Amino acid sequence: MTTAQEHKSGGIGKDLTVYLCLLALAGLQFVIAYQNIDASQMFVRMLAVAIVEAVLAVMFFMHLWAEKRGFLLFVAVFTISVLLAMQYGWTDSFRMLVGAPFSK
Amino acid sequence: MSQADLTMEGHATGLTAGPAFSIPTKKLAMWLFIIADTMTFAACLVAYGFLRNGTPDWPRPFHSITNVALMTFILLTSSLTMLLGLRSAKMGDQAGAFRWTMITAAAGIVFALLHVREWLGLINEGMTLFKNPWGTGLFGASFFSITGLHLTHVTAGVIALVVVGLRYKGGRYNADDIEILGLYWHFVDLVWMFVVPLVYLLNLAH
Repeated sequence: MTTAQEHKSGGIGKDLTVYLCLLALAGLQFVIAYQNIDASQMFVRMLAVAIVEAVLAVMFFMHLWAEKRGFLLFVAVFTISVLLAMQYGWTDSFRMLVGAPFSK
Repeated sequence: MSQADLTMEGHATGLTAGPAFSIPTKKLAMWLFIIADTMTFAACLVAYGFLRNGTPDWPRPFHSITNVALMTFILLTSSLTMLLGLRSAKMGDQAGAFRWTMITAAAGIVFALLHVREWLGLINEGMTLFKNPWGTGLFGASFFSITGLHLTHVTAGVIALVVVGLRYKGGRYNADDIEILGLYWHFVDLVWMFVVPLVYLLNLAH
């Protein structure tokens, strides 16, 4: 679409490498699912792998890396800040399990 | 030149200065849609995680990962075929671009069929939106909502792939349109990377 993007997007080799990395990371998630660890640890590990996968896909498959720096920053900062803001209620999700007051 | 003229001229210059971030307007619109859709899926997954944390008898109904692993492989591979289609389009290989776009659509159809098979298996085991044989009824509602929302995106993507592919072949669309559609398709793939661990893998019956 833009000349800069065409220069920075690389060849088919880069696409294949990213694809194989994504396959490997997806496989890693399945391996983690069969590890003998508790659910919270499993969740954290799987989420970490998923975030790495997402970054690879956004940067290289969606070519965000090749866009203008200002646009990359806009997408990253705006999206991440809203996603982080959604996380404020997690501690409350354990209320039913720990039997806090007013939970019943 | 009066102050009013200067102000008007300033406004006119601002309006015709080109698209924001110096990227084409259609592409910017797709990125804004993707950002908004990210929030939708994130809200669904956070709500799902909240319910799962707060519910002691959360079901773990999945005995096999074969189907979901196959679905993941197909969707990831379809992202690669989408890239190959875009590459062909940018090189002016119209036939190649159309072929890869249709292969991507076919992969999307296979994914959707496997997804429906997964759903039918669970429905045959007694799972509905409001109850299931394994635990809290919230599981069915959240499972069908999240995977249904994703399946809707895949279905819409397949339709878009066919339409854009045909119009590209007919000369009405160009490589830019293939690229914009590719953004959407990769996003659908990206969302699946979070749905699989949270909805399927954390609920495996060990």
